[in-house]
Amino acid sequence: MTPALETAGLHKRFGALVVANDINFRLEPGARHALIGPNGAGKTTFVNLITGRLAPSAGRILLNGADITALSQATRVRRGLGRTFQINTLFRGLSVLENVSLSISEREGVSGDMLRSIAAHRTTLEHAYALLQQLRIADDALTPVQALPYGKQRLVEIAIALGLRPTVLLLDEPAAGVPSTESAIIFDVIDQLPADIAVLIIEHDMELVFRFARRITVLVQGTVLIEGTPTEIAADARVREVYLGEHQHV
Amino acid sequence: MARSPVDTLIRRHRLRAIELLPWLLAIGAYFVFGDYLALGSQILIMILFALSLDLVLGYAGIVTLGQSAFFGVGAYAAGIYAAHVSGEPLSGLLVGAVAAAVVGLASGLVILRTHGLTLLMLTLAVTALLAEVANKASFITGGADGLQGVDINPILGVFSFDLYSRTAYIYCLVVLFLGWLFVRRLVHSSFGRSLVGIRENTVRMHAIGSPVRRRLVTIYTIAAALAGVAGALLAQTTQFVGLTVLGFERSGEIVVMLVFGGIGRLYGAFIGATVYMIAQDTLAKLQPEFWYFWIGLLLVLIVMFARGGLLGLVDKAIRRFR
Repeated sequence: MTPALETAGLHKRFGALVVANDINFRLEPGARHALIGPNGAGKTTFVNLITGRLAPSAGRILLNGADITALSQATRVRRGLGRTFQINTLFRGLSVLENVSLSISEREGVSGDMLRSIAAHRTTLEHAYALLQQLRIADDALTPVQALPYGKQRLVEIAIALGLRPTVLLLDEPAAGVPSTESAIIFDVIDQLPADIAVLIIEHDMELVFRFARRITVLVQGTVLIEGTPTEIAADARVREVYLGEHQHV
Repeated sequence: MARSPVDTLIRRHRLRAIELLPWLLAIGAYFVFGDYLALGSQILIMILFALSLDLVLGYAGIVTLGQSAFFGVGAYAAGIYAAHVSGEPLSGLLVGAVAAAVVGLASGLVILRTHGLTLLMLTLAVTALLAEVANKASFITGGADGLQGVDINPILGVFSFDLYSRTAYIYCLVVLFLGWLFVRRLVHSSFGRSLVGIRENTVRMHAIGSPVRRRLVTIYTIAAALAGVAGALLAQTTQFVGLTVLGFERSGEIVVMLVFGGIGRLYGAFIGATVYMIAQDTLAKLQPEFWYFWIGLLLVLIVMFARGGLLGLVDKAIRRFR
């Protein structure tokens, strides 16, 4: 089966500093895959290479079998690559409904329409509202995002990406900064993501990783250390040494 | 039964009765202030110019000090057209719009690759370049003496421009009204909302697949065309074009007007330009050598205590009395 996302020999260096070292990675369709690694392992760099925010020094990226290495960020998104950000990257002054309708407008191709009021694209807004209902944040539809508690802002972060109906979804530390009292709602949403989306989650929170992932890749200093099932990863001595050791308190 | 949030959101974009107020006032002013219609025409022109700036600065968040470049190009294009080709005013407006749009598109394609301080400097640079071109190309622009011989025919062959600026005022008012209709529709469209998205978070717009740069260049070009129309109106109604239409001062002044009124909300342009122009006129009469001081002081007060401009203050007052 064609992987949903694949990288071949992906390499990135800034001067002498290698931040992605010959990464060969496969994400199967419908996968629930976690990418873990200590701070500075190059996880976010890897995400930025895949999404096109950074250009690789060498290597190729394939999305659903097609080479996207040279494509712009926007084109990759239109081909089905969605992402969320580790630090909230929202339209802070706009309401929740408007935040989500921006991404749905882009997907539905109505956002270039200059000459008709948004009332002419009522269905787009209704799709956005339906998504909010699905994520159980519809009560806050008209609340400006900046007035929401942080946990709900993280949900909006995910909702915007889901509005794109991606085939591959990259979740960059979706629970980062969320107080433990609110993290359950995020975990629930991630558990209930549509089964046909291939999800790659970059996460520090081991509880979330082992609850969610069916495969785990461990990245250390820009290099893939090991890839396997959660049981294999948990049992691996090297992983314990470089990574889990620091997190035994979790 | 509570209205659905979708309806509420759509309703926010609908025309409200209060939006007709500026037009009623402008029509009333025609009858009440018959002696001030020359100033009135200038105010209407500056409102249109400020509206064009609001599109780029207020809605799309493009930080620019170069909007006068397009105002100036529109003024010169319309002036030269009138002096050498035809004095027909409506085609003159079109010439001003197209010339400014071409310059907007060409410069936008180059400079909108950058942002922040670099972009700000580049917008200034474009203005400086054009001002120098207008200065040096005196065989066609009149250089420092200004462009002479701008004779404008009656509008539609019927309404000739008169000494009391009656025709000029109505002409500017009609053009501003059409410009406002267009801008209003634009900012309430999906395209307009996506500009607000770019202003609020460019990184995220890229991440949801928005062609950000194309959108920015598009709005920059449209706003340039509008500024060009405003400049053309000035050239036609004053029948003169001087180098000041292209200066830094005018660029800065229009930003100040918009900040006075309130940025990114359409009607800030109306209030800001009106208040500024009237204050300037009054203060310049009272204290010809000192009026800029008061404008400066007003700006300091607004920026420090009323970040939303005069309209922001109105909002606050309404909220308090509710």
